[in-house]
Amino acid sequence: MVKPIWISRDYDACSGCRRCELACSIHHEGWMWPEASRVRVFMPFPGLEVPHLCSQCQDYPCIESCKFDALSIDPDTDAVIVDREACTSCGLCITACPGTVPTLHPGDNKANICDLCGGEPKCVEVCVEAGYNALTIVHEEPNIHRKLYSRNPVDTARDLAVKMFGEKGLEVIE
Amino acid sequence: MPGGYAGKWLEVDLSKDKIEEVTYSDKILEQYFGGRGLAAKIAWDKVGDKWSEMDPLAPESPLMVYTGPMTAIYPGTRICVSGKSPVSMGTVGSTAATELANEMKSAGYDGVTFMGKADKPVYLLITDNSAELVDASHLWGLDGEKTLIKLNKEVTDELTKRKPNVGLWKDPGMIYIGPAGENLIRNAAVLAKICHAAGYGGYGSLMGSKNLKAVVAKGRGTLPVVDAPEATILLWKKTHEHLMARSAMRRQGTGYAGYAVGADTSSEPIRNWQEEWHDEKSFGGPMFETRFWVKKKWADFNCTTNCMKVSCIKTGPWKGDITDMPDYELQAYCGTNFGIFDPEANIHLSALADQLGHSGINGPNTAGFAVELHQRGILSDEDFGFKPKWGDVETFDKILRMMAYREGIGDVLAEGTYKAAFLIAKMKGKKPEELLKYAVHVKGIEVGAHGTRSDADYTHDISYAASVQGGDHTSVASDGYNDMSGAVFTDSAVFCNFTYYGVPQSLVFDFAKAITGFPMTLHGWRSVTGPRIVTLQKALLMMGGPGLKWEPIKDDDNPPRFYEPLPSGPYKGKTTDKAVVDQKLQAYFDTLGWDNRGIPTKETLKKLDLAFLEKSMAKLR
Amino acid sequence: MTSIWIVRDYENCSGCRRCELACSFHHEGWMWPEASRVRVFMPFPGVEVPHLCAQCDDYPCVESCPVDALSVDADTTAVIVDRDACTSCGACYRACPGTVPFLHPADNKATICDLCGGDPECVKVCKEAGYNCLRLVHEGMSPNRKLFSRNPIEVAKDLAVKMFGEKGEEVI
Repeated sequence: MVKPIWISRDYDACSGCRRCELACSIHHEGWMWPEASRVRVFMPFPGLEVPHLCSQCQDYPCIESCKFDALSIDPDTDAVIVDREACTSCGLCITACPGTVPTLHPGDNKANICDLCGGEPKCVEVCVEAGYNALTIVHEEPNIHRKLYSRNPVDTARDLAVKMFGEKGLEVIE
Repeated sequence: MPGGYAGKWLEVDLSKDKIEEVTYSDKILEQYFGGRGLAAKIAWDKVGDKWSEMDPLAPESPLMVYTGPMTAIYPGTRICVSGKSPVSMGTVGSTAATELANEMKSAGYDGVTFMGKADKPVYLLITDNSAELVDASHLWGLDGEKTLIKLNKEVTDELTKRKPNVGLWKDPGMIYIGPAGENLIRNAAVLAKICHAAGYGGYGSLMGSKNLKAVVAKGRGTLPVVDAPEATILLWKKTHEHLMARSAMRRQGTGYAGYAVGADTSSEPIRNWQEEWHDEKSFGGPMFETRFWVKKKWADFNCTTNCMKVSCIKTGPWKGDITDMPDYELQAYCGTNFGIFDPEANIHLSALADQLGHSGINGPNTAGFAVELHQRGILSDEDFGFKPKWGDVETFDKILRMMAYREGIGDVLAEGTYKAAFLIAKMKGKKPEELLKYAVHVKGIEVGAHGTRSDADYTHDISYAASVQGGDHTSVASDGYNDMSGAVFTDSAVFCNFTYYGVPQSLVFDFAKAITGFPMTLHGWRSVTGPRIVTLQKALLMMGGPGLKWEPIKDDDNPPRFYEPLPSGPYKGKTTDKAVVDQKLQAYFDTLGWDNRGIPTKETLKKLDLAFLEKSMAKLR
Repeated sequence: MTSIWIVRDYENCSGCRRCELACSFHHEGWMWPEASRVRVFMPFPGVEVPHLCAQCDDYPCVESCPVDALSVDADTTAVIVDRDACTSCGACYRACPGTVPFLHPADNKATICDLCGGDPECVKVCKEAGYNCLRLVHEGMSPNRKLFSRNPIEVAKDLAVKMFGEKGEEVI
């Protein structure tokens, strides 16, 4: 692995097939479990598919917010690592995240955040394999843009809608 | 519980506002699997010997919204809608691609059976191991697009309100009806995802008759556990490899066929099937792609076939119309069959059909039939309130709206092509036969956009004539047992045809076995399970309904038009051979153990464990 | 190898025109955009249309040639030009529904994509750059191919509307 890595997201290229969710949950949970996936594809209107996952903000507001030191940074990958024993399910990390990316796991109710699969993200593998390339690996240093991808996916979809549908795009998401 | 099933089904009595959980025995599941097969069985269980007297739109008529054991795990998620069809009186396993299917399974349910009729519009909201009926009065009357937009927002908000602290709630999956379903247009569709539909069977009107506007689900559980997880994951990867190798399908979907099926195989309906050949390059795939396909990578949950393309009109009076591609069927039925060869007009009419809640094949077939009746002087300008013309967008825009809202002649056309022929004949003092020769349907189901006359397409002599789902182009009959492992299987396992063809069948059946743990084989499906489901469907179809009984042999036939010689193109003069149809029909009956009138024999019923049908079948023999 | 075809996905074209460079390197030994068998038209900035032979199933160009200078390569289905026989009459580009052939800027002979004998250089550089505008597929002959043999300005007009909406009607 060449560090650092980052998962670049090209929303226009996402087909909505959600194999990323399946690959992620097979890797982390041993079985297909879309809601436990660390990447989740939102679709507030058909055709507007937004993969939603941690973007490793430079200032890691989620880690700052955790009162129980349950979150830390993986020095190899820059990913946020959750200590599930320490997590109290308080939800502070979710509120602190500018894009509300973390979830509480539908099984153990602990904070659930992308760990970049230790450097070889499964979501990227299946996306590239299918030729979609909505998620790709880039080898780039942390930068101030990353945080801008930590954004509410419905807001992102509203922008995409206008790009795709023009004026009509203003009407398709309430 | 065998693998792949969530393990419980919902039974919703809309009249009593009562919801129960039920389960089915391993034996029933192995025998009928899910989706189309299980729905036919449960429909019979609910109705039984009263089948031929029951009006499909009566409260006691059941409506099934089922997944199958392979749904969501095998690539290409789909839901199967079924019940007693208001157009054929049998059952149709009508499927649509929608995330409702995987969300339902994640919520812990394999399907829902609706009974009764709600006293006001409702929708069913399914969440983790729970379901409730929600008032839908504010949604009634809305078109498909607005229904979807509003439901998406209100359900996501409601789930967030109920459980605010788990992170962002993702959009639910749903099916819904538009005005056509609400107004009981007999061949109306159940819609999903703005441009997807379970179109065949007319289940939109069945939903409408129950005051059921939508079914919505959001689950947070895993997809159901399977019998052999490691093998399943391996087969999942293998299957996707096959799908990803289908370069033309991934690139074009069926959106290039609107030109090619007409120009090449000469089997595309034109002006209500008066012709099946054209060489209109203006209607070519690249003309759609270059100007209108705003997104070319589009797929449903767990699918890499990628056959969908989002189309959007960005200029002119139809600015803002959004649909998928359109796919071949709608290029034909909302295009060439109206005499329209302009991509923009075709996209507009396809989007209009979707938003009104028509089935984009069946409703437009009826509209084309009406305009031919005008061409033949049977219907007049006064009947329409304007002068209808082939190739004219306004004509068909108006007719589709008049049908959906039952205005003027639309009220008669809303009964579907077959019934409309009788009503108009009566209106005009003519014999039904004089009109039925222009009605392109089989057993009340308007025929899909693949003709049989050129014999160059995948549809041939008995494809529709022998099919238990009549004109349904997704489930055609063929010689021998081949079709028993086709749509009968995929609609019961409930996944997409387009994630099936192109994958070796042996691999798919290994997949089915790894999921369920049933001793599944291709041979077993072809010789026992498939024939069981088809024989049950055949029995229900021939039992018929009030005022509508299909006559054996006579109605096991193609529409008269398919015996007229093709008037143009490279296959000019060619037609379907009636002698071949008659002969193959008998062979088909014979293969399935039906008598020479197509009624299942006592021995066959016993062999297939369908003895419960004997009493009804004895009456028909 | 049988029946290959170069898919063109116009939206993916960046207009970098490395395809023209790679093609001319291969056929001419040096960078020569106007001698390239693939030429990227750009009637308005942002609207780039790679223009190259689509191997129509009925080969109107081959039919049209009065001196039999054009033939079909049995392996690749490409049109092969016999430069000695060609009289520079121009019948082929007039017969082509997309006016794809052109007369070479040096020898004035008909110039048409030969699919590089089966391994097209233009596709290689396009794919390498991650654009994937030009891609090689192994697919049989189809009536759809011919629809890609189309005037690039017409193609650009459609693309412009998709990209720019109403404004697209005005830019070309």
